[in-house]
This record gives sequence, C-alpha cells and structure tokens, in this order.
Amino acid sequence: MDKIFRVNMSDLTCKVEKVPAEFVTLGGRALTSTIVAAEVPPMCHPLGPNNKLVFAPGQLSGTAAAQSGRMSAGAKSPLTGTIKESNAGGTTAQQFAKMGIKAMIIEGQPKDNKWYRLHVTMDGVTFEDASELVGKQNFAVIDAMNAKYDTKIGVMTIGVPGENRLAAANISVKDPDQKIRSHGRGGLGAVMGSKMIKCITVDATGAGKVEIADPEKFRAAAKVFAKGMLDHPVTGEGLPIYGTNVLINILNEAGGLPTKNFKYGQCEHHDKVSGETMHDTIAGRPNGHTKHGCHAGCIIQCSQVYVDEKGEYITSGFEYETVWGLGINCLIEDLDDCARIDNAMDNIGIDSIEGAVLLAVAMEAGVLPWGDGKEGLRIMNEEIGKCTPIGRILGNGTGSVGQAFGLTRVPVVKNQGIPAYDPRSVKGIGITYATSTQGADHTAGYTIATNILKVGGFVDPLSKDGQVELSRNLQIATTAVDSTGMCIFVAFPCLDIPEVMPAMVDMIAARYGVDMSVDDFVGMGAKILKMEKEFNTAAGFTAEDDRLPEFFEYEPIPPHNAVWDFTPAEIDEVWNF
Amino acid sequence: MKITVKLFAGFRDNRFKMAEQDFPEAATVGDILTALNIDGPELGVALIDGRHVLPEQVLVDGQILSLFPKVGGG
Repeated sequence: MDKIFRVNMSDLTCKVEKVPAEFVTLGGRALTSTIVAAEVPPMCHPLGPNNKLVFAPGQLSGTAAAQSGRMSAGAKSPLTGTIKESNAGGTTAQQFAKMGIKAMIIEGQPKDNKWYRLHVTMDGVTFEDASELVGKQNFAVIDAMNAKYDTKIGVMTIGVPGENRLAAANISVKDPDQKIRSHGRGGLGAVMGSKMIKCITVDATGAGKVEIADPEKFRAAAKVFAKGMLDHPVTGEGLPIYGTNVLINILNEAGGLPTKNFKYGQCEHHDKVSGETMHDTIAGRPNGHTKHGCHAGCIIQCSQVYVDEKGEYITSGFEYETVWGLGINCLIEDLDDCARIDNAMDNIGIDSIEGAVLLAVAMEAGVLPWGDGKEGLRIMNEEIGKCTPIGRILGNGTGSVGQAFGLTRVPVVKNQGIPAYDPRSVKGIGITYATSTQGADHTAGYTIATNILKVGGFVDPLSKDGQVELSRNLQIATTAVDSTGMCIFVAFPCLDIPEVMPAMVDMIAARYGVDMSVDDFVGMGAKILKMEKEFNTAAGFTAEDDRLPEFFEYEPIPPHNAVWDFTPAEIDEVWNF
Repeated sequence: MKITVKLFAGFRDNRFKMAEQDFPEAATVGDILTALNIDGPELGVALIDGRHVLPEQVLVDGQILSLFPKVGGG
C-alpha cells in the first residue's frame, strides 16, 4: 500500500499518511504541482518556513517500463518565484516507488539552526546530525555516505551554494555509477538548504516490487513502448551514438545557436565542441564510454562518460545545453575545459544551464575574459563554490549578474536563464520560454523537435505561423509526460510512431487498474498546467511576465537577422485552451 | 555548378565533412543525395543556406547544402 511521508522540520517529526483517493493515479509533476498548489501559500517567501519541498517518483517509476526512472521535485522556486518542477534520473525514483513512497513532503524549518540529514527507510524518516557533512561539496558527500552505508544507498544532496541558499543551487542525485544527476533548474537546492537539509539518504531495504493491477496488459504495452524507443531513429540510433550534443551542428547550420551571450546565431568554432567531435574524442580515449544511462532501465543511453587523454574521469551527463553554454555562448573552445567546468558544477551543485548562461553574462560584464575556460573553472570552484561575495552575485543566477553589472542583454524569462536555442530564429521555443509556468525552460514545450528536427511534422522556425499552437500542444503533452517518470526523449517516438503514446497510457492504466485513454492522459496535462498557471497568478504573475527580454526585439540575430516579433496578444493565445 | 556540401553525424562515415562539388545545373537535393549514395528515407533535415528545404528543392550555383540524418537531443 502506497503512502506519503510528511516531514516536518520544525518539530522534527515524520508522519506516514494514507494516499488520498484523488492522488492514487498521479505521479511526478502532476503530484508535486498538485501538492504545492494545494499546500504552499503562493505569496510565501520561497526560502521561508511556509514553502514546501516535495519529491514524487513518476507514475511508472520502479516498474519494468523503459525510461521510467525519473523523480520529480517541486516547490515554489527562489529563482523564478513561480511554481517549479524539476525531474532527474538517478536511483531514488525507483527506490521510492518500490518502497511504496508516493511522495515525500518536507515542510517547516528547524528551530535549533542545526543541519540535518534525512534518512529514509520503509518505516519513515529519521533526522540525523549532518554537522560533519556541512561545507562538503557533492562528490565528498556521496563518498561519505557510500562509506557509511554501501554503494546501494540512495543520495540526494546539496553543495555549499545550496547551503547558502543561492538561487542557482540544484539538488544532486546519485546515479547508478555513483556519479551525479541533477534536479537542475529553479534553485531547488536553495529550498533544501533553507530547510537545513544537507543530504537525504534512501535505504530501500525491504522494498518489494511495484504493484501492477493488470500485469498482462502492462507487459504487452511495455513491449510495444520499448520497441518504439528502439525503432525510432532518434532514440534508437542518433541519441545513443552522439548524445544530445549532436544538436550543436544542426542549430549552427540553422542559425539558431546563440553565440557570445546571444549576439550571433552561428559560431565559427562550432565543430570543435560538436557531438560528432565529442563522440570521436571519447571513443579515442581509454575508459571513455559514448553510451550511458542516467537510470537503470534506460534503453536510449544518450549519456556518456567523458575522460581525459589518460583515461581519467572528467564528467558524465555532459549535455548539449551545457556544452552549448560553455563551448559556444562563452566561446570556450577546448572541450576538456568545458567538461571540467561541467564536473565542477555537479560537484558544487549548481544548475549547469543557469551556470553556463550566467558565466556568459559575467564575461560580457568583464568579470573574466571571453573563452577563458581555466578562469571559468576557477570561478566555479573558488568563487561560487565557496560563496565569496562575487560568487554569491554569480550564484544567484543570470538575472542577478545582469543586474549587478547594469547590463541589458540578460537572457532570462521570469529570472531563469534562457537555454541553447535562440528564440528569434527558432520562434516556437520563444513562445515556450515566454509562457512556460517554470520560467525559460526548453523542455517545457520542446518545439525544436518540429521547428528544427522535423519530428512530429515541420513548422518553419523563422515564421510566426503555427508557433503558438505548437508550443501550447507540446506544453500540455510535456506536463503529462513529466508526470510518468519517463525521460522527455520518449516524445520523439510518441510524435512519430502512432502506437507508442497509447502504449505509454496503457501502461499507466494497467499499473493502477483504471481506464485511461490518450485523451484522458493529455487532459491531465492540461489540468495540471492550468493549476500551475493559477498558482503563478496567485503569486503575483501577470501576462506582462510572459514576455521575452526586450533586446530580442531590437537586436537582429545573424545570419537570418531575425528579431522577436510576436505581439503580446499573440503570445497570450497560448493560454486559450 | 559548384555546391558546398556539408555532412553531419552518421552521414560523415566513409564520406566527408565538407566538400565543394560539381553538379549539373538544376540538380535537386534528392539528386545530390543519390550522388552521395544516401537513401531518401535516411535524410532527417536538409538546409540550404540555413533554411529547411525539401528533397525536390533545386539548387543554385554557390549555395551551401547541409545534410543531417535523423537526429535529436534536447
């Protein structure tokens, strides 16, 4: 029988609650956002006692369904001030699901100003003294927990920036190889730090299998679904070989690759940091792995293990957006330097998208020279990692840096850094950045699939036609997919192979023993998205917040010399559903 | 006419990254794929001078053609 753990940091208690009937078929984003919307006062300070941090595995997490090992974390974001859901791979989603933990809700703040480690078992949560872990960065915390327990222990941790409640701080999750995956965006690490939780350990001893109401139906659907993943050229071939970084060259050719803090749409040295170059670099070095999964049960294997020339580990989970942010937007041409900065961001625990975007703004401000990877690495470790005064300005995100240095080319929406696709030359993603309930977030409605990659049809990236409808449909569908525990890349087969989406919905229906159609599933996405929007409205956001920064309107981006040219009324049509 | 052809991802295997090649006047993207021994269904995206085009698109001397297999990320 599934349960909810309600952890109160004010009186250091954990209540084990029954799952309310209306939550039974929910998971992931649907559940974290429902709980945050119901229990968190929208006007509360994100770092105060009234915010809550909610973890929920996806609907299919812990089952045999491929790609289902992702955990959602939700709260009111200290970076954006909006509702936030951020999902990550690793091991804890599957542990929670198998332990029957539908959600863990963390509320309040300790009165004794002491740091704690939450230790989660089948029976509940205990509150352990974390004073020996304070001041350690993430890899040292993971090593300490592996030494205390064993390598099977689940770990969710924050680094020093999280302890200091910096708005770019993430929550790092141990992956099956003892490395790190991240609840990256939106500063949820600062929320964890505000509750004085340094680390959460998960001991799944005694966990069983996730109950499946209709095993036969589930097995049949799981087979169709997995076949779809392997049959689709993107998930079956492109992603495993080249990783997400294959996008560098295609965005460069299409003129949508933001370069030198969003000044240009193409970059001369693009091939030095491209997916093709990264593949050949890794394959040519000892101990390098071009394929890697972020959780057990991943059959796409888009990740990699990036090593130096001697075969020593540098980083893993080295994604397109991070490589773009460092290699292209900051002009750091040496891929090894970019990999070392990625690893430093994992270690200190800041979002690697926000970290890369803010570094480019810092370069524009003259804090460090353009393209200086060595200084970028030092700043991560010695300034942001140690929360020096300049480190705090940087570690509070792109908007903080722009304000501190009086800049206007500050790529944020709702104070969250804009990732790797220029909204002037890929207009659909601009609609997503502007209107997402999460602040600028490419994954919230990934129009790149249809604007650039010709997956799910084609909508010309440089024309305004069809972009609002495309973004709206993808934002609704993504909200639903974010609730399953599935990785976002299942969307590629879902968009192109007719039987994949129904198979995914059939798995959820079979898991819970309910009737569910694709329309029901998408309807859940629409309902949750509207609920998130209502939270933001109650938190003080208006249509005027659903806008891109002004510079996109008056700075044309080469080579197409495109500008952002949607009217406010056109943008607001996204919410017409 | 001279066309600069740029290949990406798996299309580079046993071919090239970038080459300026001669093609007959009015050659289409499809004709160039055939010349490169790439089956039509393998094509993900074709761009001429940074704009998405269909295989029927006729090229003009001096253009840059970029060809990608079906790839994705995000």
